[in-house]
Amino acid sequence: MRSLKAFGAEFGWPRIIIFLFLVALFFAAPTVGVRVDASLSDVFNRFGQNALFVLALVPMIQSGCGLNFGLSLGIIAGLLGATLSVQFGLHGAVGFFGAIVLASPFAMLFGWLYGKLLNKVKGEEMTIAMYVGFASVMFMCIMWLLLPYSAPDMIWGYAGKGLRTTISVENYWIHILNNFGVVAWGPFFRFPTGEILFVAFAAFLMWLFLRTKTGTAMTAVGSNPDYARASGISVDKMRIISVMISTMLGAAGIIVYQQSFGFIQLYGAPLAMPFTAIAAILIGGASVNKANMLNVVVGAFLFQGLLTMTPSVINSALQTDMSEVVRIIVSNGIIIYALTRKTKVTK
Amino acid sequence: MSGHRSVGRLLRENAVILLFLVVTVLAIHPSGLSLTYIGQEMLTRLGRDSFLVLALLLPIYAGMGLNFGMTLGAMAGQFGLILAINYNILGVYGLVFAALASLPVSLVMGYICGVVLNKAKGREMVTGYILAFFINGIYQFVVLYLMGSVIPMHNKAIVLSRGYGIRNTLNLDNVRLSLDNLLPFHLGVFTLPIATYLVIAALCVFIIWFKKTKLGQDMRAVGHDMHVAESAGVPVDRTRIIAIIISTVLATIGQIIFMQNMGNMATYNAHDQTSFFAVAAILVGGASVKKATIPNVFIGVILLHVLFVVSPGAGQKLFGEAMIGEYFRQFIGYGVIALSLVLYAWRTRRETERLREGLRGGAQGAVAAEGGAK
Repeated sequence: MRSLKAFGAEFGWPRIIIFLFLVALFFAAPTVGVRVDASLSDVFNRFGQNALFVLALVPMIQSGCGLNFGLSLGIIAGLLGATLSVQFGLHGAVGFFGAIVLASPFAMLFGWLYGKLLNKVKGEEMTIAMYVGFASVMFMCIMWLLLPYSAPDMIWGYAGKGLRTTISVENYWIHILNNFGVVAWGPFFRFPTGEILFVAFAAFLMWLFLRTKTGTAMTAVGSNPDYARASGISVDKMRIISVMISTMLGAAGIIVYQQSFGFIQLYGAPLAMPFTAIAAILIGGASVNKANMLNVVVGAFLFQGLLTMTPSVINSALQTDMSEVVRIIVSNGIIIYALTRKTKVTK
Repeated sequence: MSGHRSVGRLLRENAVILLFLVVTVLAIHPSGLSLTYIGQEMLTRLGRDSFLVLALLLPIYAGMGLNFGMTLGAMAGQFGLILAINYNILGVYGLVFAALASLPVSLVMGYICGVVLNKAKGREMVTGYILAFFINGIYQFVVLYLMGSVIPMHNKAIVLSRGYGIRNTLNLDNVRLSLDNLLPFHLGVFTLPIATYLVIAALCVFIIWFKKTKLGQDMRAVGHDMHVAESAGVPVDRTRIIAIIISTVLATIGQIIFMQNMGNMATYNAHDQTSFFAVAAILVGGASVKKATIPNVFIGVILLHVLFVVSPGAGQKLFGEAMIGEYFRQFIGYGVIALSLVLYAWRTRRETERLREGLRGGAQGAVAAEGGAK
């Protein structure tokens, strides 16, 4: 009994409850006529779609910048890369990786500026990040209308200018990762091998990076800035590096998301994306100042599982669409839980 | 030299308000709107929004920053309004009924918000913001699923055709403009909502009085330094909870006033931007996270709303696209909040650094003096 309690305290009760809830949903699925294999396939796909966003939060949490509510900056860089790739008419793998390459300079620039800003406002990062993110999204809304894009697939047909709200990538690089080595099993189950491999590779690189000299220095800055400064680490530089990595991963993340989803979503779409990623990593057991790869994988899987399963199962069971309400309550509830926990004194 | 420095300082301290003033003045002409129209809009919007913005003051005094959790109060107010429509209570009585009916909900919400924010000291703003999202989920659950199924609804016209849940948009015909038109008053071409102004004035008097009470003094002490207040015997957590409860109740009443002026209510979205507009307004008016006054509120409401009124027209004229004006005003709103938070955080940091440097300089000076004496 005591070990169960210790396990609960270590793993966190909210996580255990959500995990049990998810398992219950999978067991309940067949009884209300929802196919388990199709659902599992969905869960894997959405895990791959969203995992990079969750991974993108790790460096800033480690370096003490808190939860990156300004992830939208990275997403904007990714949108720029994706739209440019379509504008240049790049197809297939070239289009997909081209989008990432084209997004990188923007992501680096935005990350650098954003990091500089966050260094000036230590202690208030999260609220400011949120509003900087919102303001940038709104600024880009104006830009999407004004920038001189001209590919007919992207601009409004009747006005002849201004980007559309959603742009299909079907003719360009849809499912480029998802279809790479895809494993099909029966008519409903598809395992998006390429997407999962891409995510696994990114997570592995991050894991390696956190063990390099720079990575260790970054963690040191997060857990004890005074100690880090005393040992000759430049606190500001480490924080900027972490913000830049986070922003670049956010940019790659949205492109991975788009190739799976099939559409580039512009205008207000990036507004809510940081919140889902943050909810996911917190469900995975990260706190405001500590996160690891396990948190990312567990969190993205649990959260996306919940998002996939609640609508289908609950709607079929109750004959109403309560999924949105469940999503709002669970994802924001978990963020509040994390924000209100007393941050442990660093060892 | 010192005069030059104080001008620079004045510019820096009012950077937000000045920047805003410049953008607004530049946008007035291209919008093509007459000054009379803008003036009338301002008189209306002062009545509509000031009460909500005033609700932000007490938490700022108590050092809890901008109360993004005020949305909780707004949701409670909408809950009360739905009940008022349900029982079809007309005019000002409808508003009073809505306020009374939402009071218990609002008190509970305020208490919850206060307790949660006490557990998240140092990150109240972001927590309040997320808490508003969370409670929004519960609000939707209650209004969309419980009303009409568990909570009986008499007025079938406001219930969705499936038999439960409230319709997306509610027509507030029974209470529309009931407070604004209670004491009709015309001044030249302008129409003034005098009764609403009186309510707002009463709130200002209340706030001025409240600051002088024991509780008000405690609040300021807590806002100044929590630890000092604690050791001086001020119940810090309790005082903070009271500040948030009052703010939430005021936001409830504010939202009811806002809604009677609008005359329509988007049941599930009306509260989405309540805190955004209120916070942007008070910051534009020259307030900061730690310091706000009643004049900040009124200056802010006027400045923010002049820009909001003129920006669609200006966007149309300058870029040939009204949507640009729409995005622009949201960009400005968010940008202003970000900018004032940044300036404030930056200033606080520089202040601490200057203090630290001052200490260091003093110590060196002392050492040098000692050396000279030897």
